[in-house]
Amino acid sequence: MARVAVIGVGQSAFVRSYPGSIRELAFEAYREAMRDGGLKPGDIDASVICSAPEYDKQRTPAGLMAEYLGLNPQPTFYVESVCSSSSSGVRTAYALIASGLHDVVLVLGFQKMSEISSAESQERMGRGGDIQWEAPFGTMMPAYYAMHAKGHMEKYGTTEEDLALIRVKSSAYGAINEKAVFRKSLALEKVMEPKYVATPLKMFDCCANADGSSCLILASEAKAKELFSKPVWVLGLGMATAPINMAMRDTFSGLKCAELAAKKAYEMAGITPKDVDVAEVHDCFTIAELMAYENLGFAEPGQGRELIRNKETYKEGRIPVNVDGGLLSKGHPIGATGGSQVRTIVLQLRGEAGEMQVPGARVGLVHNIGGVGIYGNVTIFGAE
Amino acid sequence: MGFEQFGIISFTSTTKTAQFVDFLKENEIRGTVCKECGARFFPPRSDCSVCLSDEMDWFPISGEGTLLTFTKAMFAPAGFEKDAPYILGVAEFADGVKVFGRLDKALPDDSVKPGMRVKIHVVALEGDRLSYELTAA
Repeated sequence: MARVAVIGVGQSAFVRSYPGSIRELAFEAYREAMRDGGLKPGDIDASVICSAPEYDKQRTPAGLMAEYLGLNPQPTFYVESVCSSSSSGVRTAYALIASGLHDVVLVLGFQKMSEISSAESQERMGRGGDIQWEAPFGTMMPAYYAMHAKGHMEKYGTTEEDLALIRVKSSAYGAINEKAVFRKSLALEKVMEPKYVATPLKMFDCCANADGSSCLILASEAKAKELFSKPVWVLGLGMATAPINMAMRDTFSGLKCAELAAKKAYEMAGITPKDVDVAEVHDCFTIAELMAYENLGFAEPGQGRELIRNKETYKEGRIPVNVDGGLLSKGHPIGATGGSQVRTIVLQLRGEAGEMQVPGARVGLVHNIGGVGIYGNVTIFGAE
Repeated sequence: MGFEQFGIISFTSTTKTAQFVDFLKENEIRGTVCKECGARFFPPRSDCSVCLSDEMDWFPISGEGTLLTFTKAMFAPAGFEKDAPYILGVAEFADGVKVFGRLDKALPDDSVKPGMRVKIHVVALEGDRLSYELTAA
């Protein structure tokens, strides 16, 4: 298999309300990634633009972005898998490069969620479930994940406090991430305040909507070595899917798509969960991080709670997870999230993560989920 | 009115499974079963993803099921605000057929738990709309 590297990463600050348009928001991550890689627009052979379309007034945003980023007349197209759109973009870019079609491909993720109200946003995200058979009941993302939290608690005895400990960890790292939307450290008592959104999930079990963009530049082995001194290599990519309708699911204590995607990614990379030094997982809700511990093999099914109780997923622990604050603290601008996770891992593997740095990290993993486990993307990266 | 009569707000007006609503009017909740291979589906579908047949029959969801999981939604998405809070859940009936829907609002909170026995029935909503819900068996 051809080797593909990441040679540039960028991310805008994630904010509640970005004071500009989507093209300007996208440019922030683009500028940072291009400067990071020391590249100019002519170096980019093709671009993959990723977002969740229901938030955009602009139709066919790839065309707009290619123009504004200065990437005409190179090919561009749009890739979508809701919350894991930019990981699907990475998978697409990898395929374009490994096939030999292109040498350098840019993956841009963006989302400006602030233009609609929270209730409208919940209604649109809810339509990321089955609109024919589920949405008529009044569905929304917190309720879908809450049913998984209830399922996990029922099967394994996980508690609301276990979930709260995940938010406490997240907030500690959000406080030191200057690009995070939520930068306040939270005490356990605060997280445990009984402000339920969808039982058993409370306010602080949920991530916040945000505006943001992310940008990654991937290259073939030859180009990576020519253009960049510290390439980070894509070692494995796994993707799997599961039924969109809850009535078609077999389990409510984990996400099957994540488990299968992880298996494929580990196989391709030729590693096991024990080899992962640092991970970014899709913690749109605290329960999502707990299920990720188990679906990724960091803990046995039902034992995820022991990792957080023993602080094994803190920076100093056995398997540091979301030491940039994760979605819970950074915010979750749908289309930008996967790219932001990859950026964190790339900086970790280059030894450039600053206060968040896990010493000596050589292998990093990104777990990025679209919808309530409809799409699962797991991508593994390695330093030279 | 066809399928848009289903649920509190319907996002789908035309489907080959619109007869589902006709069964609701007769106080029945039905799924589909493939005439070729016998695969059972709920929610109903007009095409079999197992053997690719488009020959389907309807079968009733009846008897008792088991609640697998649930949540009480304290907030609602746009258009559903006046209903909140409400309980959403998934229950399993005979032959492994699962149903997603709301639970009866009259059920006391502390009576709702995974493993509880449930049954399903049709509910009439305002504006000549129809749905179904789960309640204690």
